[in-house]
Amino acid sequence: MTSTAITAGTEPVFHLEEEHAHAEGGSTMLGFWLYLMSDCLIFAMLFAAYGVLGGNYAAGPAPKDLFDLDLVAVNTAMLLFSSITYGFAMLTMDKGRVAATQAWLAVTGLFGLAFLSIELYEFAHMIHEGATPQRSAFLSSFFTLVGTHGLHVTFGTIWLVTLMVQVARFGLIEANRRRLMCLSMFWHFLDVVWIGVFTFVYLMGMLR
Amino acid sequence: MPDTLTKFIFGRLTWDSLPLHEPIVVATFVAVALGGIALLGVITYFKLWGYLWREWFTSVDHKKIGIMYMVLGLIMLLRGFSDAIMMRLQQAIAFNGSEGYLNSHHYDQIFTAHGVIMIFFVAMPFVTGLMNFVVPLQIGARDVSFPFLNNFSFWMTVGGAILVMASLFVGEFARTGWLAYPPLSGIGYSPDVGVDYYIWALQVAGVGTTLSGINLICTIIKMRAPGMTMMRMPIFTWTSLCTNVLIVASFPVLTAVLSLLALDRYVGTNFFTNDFGGNPMMYVNLIWIWGHPEVYILILPLFGVFSEVTSTFSGKRLFGYTSMVYATVVITILSYLVWLHHFFTMGSGASVNSFFGITTMIISIPTGAKIFNWLFTMYRGRIRFELPMMWTVAFMLTFTVGGMTGVLLAVPPADFVLHNSLFLIAHFHNVIIGGVLFGLFAGIAYWWPKAFGFKLDPFWGKVSFWCWVVGFWFAFMPLYILGLMGVTRRMRVFDDPSLQIWFVIAAFGAVLIACGIAAFLIQIFVSIRRREALADTTGDPWDGRTLEWSTSSPPPAYNFAFTPVIRDNDAWYDMKQAGYIRPLAGFKPIHMPSNTGTGIILAAFSVALGFGLIWYIWWLAALSFVCLIATAIGHTFNYHRDFHIPASEVTQTEEARTTLLAAQG
Repeated sequence: MTSTAITAGTEPVFHLEEEHAHAEGGSTMLGFWLYLMSDCLIFAMLFAAYGVLGGNYAAGPAPKDLFDLDLVAVNTAMLLFSSITYGFAMLTMDKGRVAATQAWLAVTGLFGLAFLSIELYEFAHMIHEGATPQRSAFLSSFFTLVGTHGLHVTFGTIWLVTLMVQVARFGLIEANRRRLMCLSMFWHFLDVVWIGVFTFVYLMGMLR
Repeated sequence: MPDTLTKFIFGRLTWDSLPLHEPIVVATFVAVALGGIALLGVITYFKLWGYLWREWFTSVDHKKIGIMYMVLGLIMLLRGFSDAIMMRLQQAIAFNGSEGYLNSHHYDQIFTAHGVIMIFFVAMPFVTGLMNFVVPLQIGARDVSFPFLNNFSFWMTVGGAILVMASLFVGEFARTGWLAYPPLSGIGYSPDVGVDYYIWALQVAGVGTTLSGINLICTIIKMRAPGMTMMRMPIFTWTSLCTNVLIVASFPVLTAVLSLLALDRYVGTNFFTNDFGGNPMMYVNLIWIWGHPEVYILILPLFGVFSEVTSTFSGKRLFGYTSMVYATVVITILSYLVWLHHFFTMGSGASVNSFFGITTMIISIPTGAKIFNWLFTMYRGRIRFELPMMWTVAFMLTFTVGGMTGVLLAVPPADFVLHNSLFLIAHFHNVIIGGVLFGLFAGIAYWWPKAFGFKLDPFWGKVSFWCWVVGFWFAFMPLYILGLMGVTRRMRVFDDPSLQIWFVIAAFGAVLIACGIAAFLIQIFVSIRRREALADTTGDPWDGRTLEWSTSSPPPAYNFAFTPVIRDNDAWYDMKQAGYIRPLAGFKPIHMPSNTGTGIILAAFSVALGFGLIWYIWWLAALSFVCLIATAIGHTFNYHRDFHIPASEVTQTEEARTTLLAAQG
């Protein structure tokens, strides 16, 4: 009852006279964070599966036989660069420069596509050598973990194109800025996940 | 038509997929089809389609979505209970060489469907519906944070339910038990569509559940009325918050593990196989990392209901509010540290089993604290034994027994004897029926007048109450005894004739529960007929203590004409004590979200996608996936998703209520 004591003496206030507006999208950032954390859990499960099954080669190929670290390093660079360019897009968005924002978004998308192309090339190469997802539990968990990340980048790219169309049509209005912020979090999140993949799958795999 | 073309169009769906050789299923289908046609006929005859579409299906109003969740839960309860009573009958007669009336192919589907439906499509919609309806009202909000997402979540849950129901008439359901352990659920041992129905029904519904969890967390964090600090939130809102945190932190695990099972079945990967390095026990671990939090997802909101009911009907402030909040939070955290107690027999060794046994036993401490808080709230209170309070007392007596058998099962050596026995079945029904279901009935009786503007008929409510409570004890106490005698779960026929009497008693209990369900339906029907006599014009029929009772019954679309300001835990009680006077003028236009049909369309494409994947109809799967993405993107091009309720309309609604209150004196 401390609150009653504080207001004692004055007329108690039970409601606001004015319509207090919840700004539209006021919960969006929090909601998107929560979504990202739920997505993070899916990756956590895939990492856990890789942790359990990653050594089960079933007399098939092992990481050392399959991984080409130079290629993966280039691939990692593509994704890291795309995060930097997305950051530049956000900086120009803050200044309200539509054309520059669009240009940086386009560069980000191209880096994303480069990443996906290299990943697909790597997958195709491995499958061609007989290291298919069906070959061993190690390969099942490898393809699923890395492939799920790739799928996320694919959807991120589709989303990026959608947002570029919307920015072109409606400009950098409040709703579009909010959406670009969400995609920004998504894109950087995928970068963080990739750093986990690069470390635990590729680098540690070479040490096994 | 050439064979390959048929195969392309229909996948593995053929005429043989229809279970025409099962007379029970055919009869059910005829009954459901006739009932369905009659229902559709009535809706068409009274020209209700437009009304249903505009006012309900496309509604983003959290109250209407909450009510639709409850309707879904009730319909699926009838299906899930039919499965239950069929099993009870089979087990009561399959003695002395009798095979009973269910063949093993059918029986195995029934026990799987019973578990899946009761957890995912009865308990979850009921709990989500209750939270959806009550939470925004309790925190003084106009709606949830993401109203469209709320509608979409609901329809995804319906989509999952539709897939499960379809499996009854087209193809078959899983025969694996409700968690579908591999390798039994792998493609080698379950090549049919049953497990695929299971996977895609849960994936579709799971998307809805996760999104609704995110939505309600945001609502509680961001949308509370001014003055409502975290420690002034009503206990039901607190338990809802913890529940939704559990949902967001556990359903993705289910999504992931079912995806891996799907990959094993569709692509031929080796996650859970016995060959090529797969590990079936990893599935068991992963699914219980979701599964154990899930049982707390179900029970926590009902702990909230019991708290609200006990405090209201004892006419007292809740005893130990702070300890109640901390107990809830502790249970939330501990629920993640106990999953392995579901399979002590895996053989992970003494130290691992000890850890999980001890964490499990520790959970009984905060739970016990809650029971004492309720008892102390009642102590020296002016208790009114209305229906919600009766359910609460029955809960305390029943649930405590279930809790104690749970602690017993947490002792690994005891568990080695009782694992997978009917003792376990009796235990979890004891806590789920005695806790979740009793709580739901308490909550429904408590908030029904808020939702519809009239109370539920007390006579039929009491008939339902006594049938349920007595029926529960008759149905499940024999299972404890049978479990101690070593009878395992999921048995279809028995050799030892001395066991039969216990199964007969259990079947009698199930019949009593059937009467309880019938009485509940009669109660709803009678109450609607007698709605004038049972009407609640005050908006506060129970002398309530929290904010939802400050607005009218049913609440207007905008919930509160003015945003309330909170000064105390029991906000409405405080307002009544401090001489609150309802504002009569000065209304402003109110900003509200618009209805949209996108949610139902997206869910329909998801069902089509699931159906295509289940039957290997790849063109359908691909097409509906493309449509799904296109519709979702198309929806984002609609930037105008809100409107204002004009001040004149608010004034009109509020004046109507003023007249109603004045007439009452």
